[in-house]
Amino acid sequence: MKKIKRGISLIDQHDKNGFWGKFGGNFIPETLKKPVEDLAILFEKLRKDKKFIYEKDYHFKNWVGSPTSFIKLENLTNYLGGAQIWAKVVSEANGGAHKIYNATVHSLIAKKAGKKYIVGDTGAGYAGKMLSMAAKKFGLKCKIFMGVKDIKRQKPNCDAMKKNGAEIVPVYTGSQTLVDAVSECMRYWVSNCDTTHMCVGSTVGPNIFVKICGWSTSQISKELLIQIKKEFGKIPKKIKLINCVGGGSSSFGFWNEFMHYSKKQVEFIGVEAGGPKNSKRHAAPLTYGSKIGILHGAAQYVNQDTEGQIEETESISAGLDYPGVSPLHCFLKDIKRARYTAATDEEALSAYQLVTKYENLNPSLEPSHAFAEAIKIAPKLSNDTVIIVNSCGDAQKDRDILKERLG
Amino acid sequence: MTISPISLAFKKSRNENRPALLTYTVAGDNTKKKSLEILNSISNHADICEIGFPHNTPIADGGQIQTASYRAIKNGIKIKDVFQIIKKFKNNKNTKPIILMGYFNIIYQYGQNRFLEKCKKSGVDGLIVVDLPWPDNMNFAKKCKKNSVSFVQLLSPTTSKLRMKKIIKSSHDMIYYISMLSTTGGKLKVSPKKILKSYHKIKKIVKNKNLVIGFGITSKNISFFKSADGCVVGSEICSKISKSIKNKQNPVTNVGNMVKNLREKLL
Repeated sequence: MKKIKRGISLIDQHDKNGFWGKFGGNFIPETLKKPVEDLAILFEKLRKDKKFIYEKDYHFKNWVGSPTSFIKLENLTNYLGGAQIWAKVVSEANGGAHKIYNATVHSLIAKKAGKKYIVGDTGAGYAGKMLSMAAKKFGLKCKIFMGVKDIKRQKPNCDAMKKNGAEIVPVYTGSQTLVDAVSECMRYWVSNCDTTHMCVGSTVGPNIFVKICGWSTSQISKELLIQIKKEFGKIPKKIKLINCVGGGSSSFGFWNEFMHYSKKQVEFIGVEAGGPKNSKRHAAPLTYGSKIGILHGAAQYVNQDTEGQIEETESISAGLDYPGVSPLHCFLKDIKRARYTAATDEEALSAYQLVTKYENLNPSLEPSHAFAEAIKIAPKLSNDTVIIVNSCGDAQKDRDILKERLG
Repeated sequence: MTISPISLAFKKSRNENRPALLTYTVAGDNTKKKSLEILNSISNHADICEIGFPHNTPIADGGQIQTASYRAIKNGIKIKDVFQIIKKFKNNKNTKPIILMGYFNIIYQYGQNRFLEKCKKSGVDGLIVVDLPWPDNMNFAKKCKKNSVSFVQLLSPTTSKLRMKKIIKSSHDMIYYISMLSTTGGKLKVSPKKILKSYHKIKKIVKNKNLVIGFGITSKNISFFKSADGCVVGSEICSKISKSIKNKQNPVTNVGNMVKNLREKLL
């Protein structure tokens, strides 16, 4: 079995063809080969460029608002008994979710590449909203591809995108959700790659997009590592980092800096979207053992039928409603560094209710999946165990769904 | 070594002093039966028939082919049906070569060796895999060759000269040049003159292989491309099928007439 090498970030531990073990690669049309290669060369150059790093850090600090806070959820801990429950409140970041990191970095890269246009996909609308914010800030024209079903259920984020001057391109094909938005965005890039930069909204897609996104969201664990040391004086003996997993950008970013700790000391728990309680459909390819397939340019575990057609997913959370998952997570599952499980729509909703009842925190439906797992396991654990949940999105965007489901 | 049916088709059209006409339709569009009838009617006028494997997350296809693919999938087309259509077609008219076109996940799930065996048995002459570019396709291309299936490499306006030379070197008897930055069926946004200029530059490197042009070619512009080895028309045909269904007309006759007209424009 492959192992994680120390001293090198996991995003760089792929082979020359772009594979992490069996996952990843570049399954792309010939037309995109050159733009993808150019982007890879530019990114490798920029990440070594002190001026670029300074610029990125400057915007993360002054515009995104870094660091986001790390707090103990005292009331929830007391109510549940058992392990301590903490939260990394990434939803404090400008725009209300972790998607701002990737959007900022992509916009900066687009500027360096001399591109005037930027396009991106979105499910929950956060990736789209953040890209529209960053595009506005850095003077780029922006188009966002979004499934019609998601446009309807995530209206607050759509309003924000429009306000920022971005054009929302509705996608009517297939299930009209994130998977179709990503396909349509890639098709648009095939036709416009000479003038336009593409931002893939998560740690998915051809190799370089997985890397750029993982590199950007790793800001979360960089901050957390410092915050934990400050809070506890050292890294506690038993930590559990719980994060929801859709494409996998927030969870990867939440875990990256802790990769080389033993899983006994720092356990990674990824929570996928299990879908409605009584439905066969889900968005949890890792939990339910989906087969490896190729989706959006990369080999990954993906929900599909025996013929290789991608299956429709179902989840209350638009941000997790994706049939595939990052090659990085497939790799982490295979080498058993991370453990993956799923929470149903109903479990996420009751977790949301419990968290908001006891704490001054408003996690969106995506991190509510992670809270569901925390709530499930905390009572069974000792009080020297530190559970940290990445509260990576704010529920403001979910107000319509929450009102409908919870009244 | 025997000459492949694909090379033979090009040789024939070259002797007639015209480009080969290649058509593209989606297997199972709009039904299994109709799709075979359409293919039969096309093959009266086309030199090589490309058949698309319908896939539900096609990242390089435009609206017309997506619509055709969804229609076929909705009507329940399965992999075995696609091969059956080809087999039946080959039993009828074994002179026209068939090139199967699709996305790699279908082959990946089916198993590469099993897929190629099935290709051989059904009479598939060539394969185009849209999302398996060089050099990732080298192993698979070799397997194709072993099974006497021609693996068609693609070149695009973004392909660098160095890369182009390497791709050409590992290509078989046919190479596909993508006319412009576009998904299939996009409006021709570059003048035919410019496309041909790039085409002939490449042709200088691939003198002894067949280089076809595709993407954006329709009845309106096909006559500009007479100096090419071959022209591919796909989306226009798929869209003709869509229109025929919508207007309750027979797609078989309509498509047959369209391909006949395309052929005449190449003379």
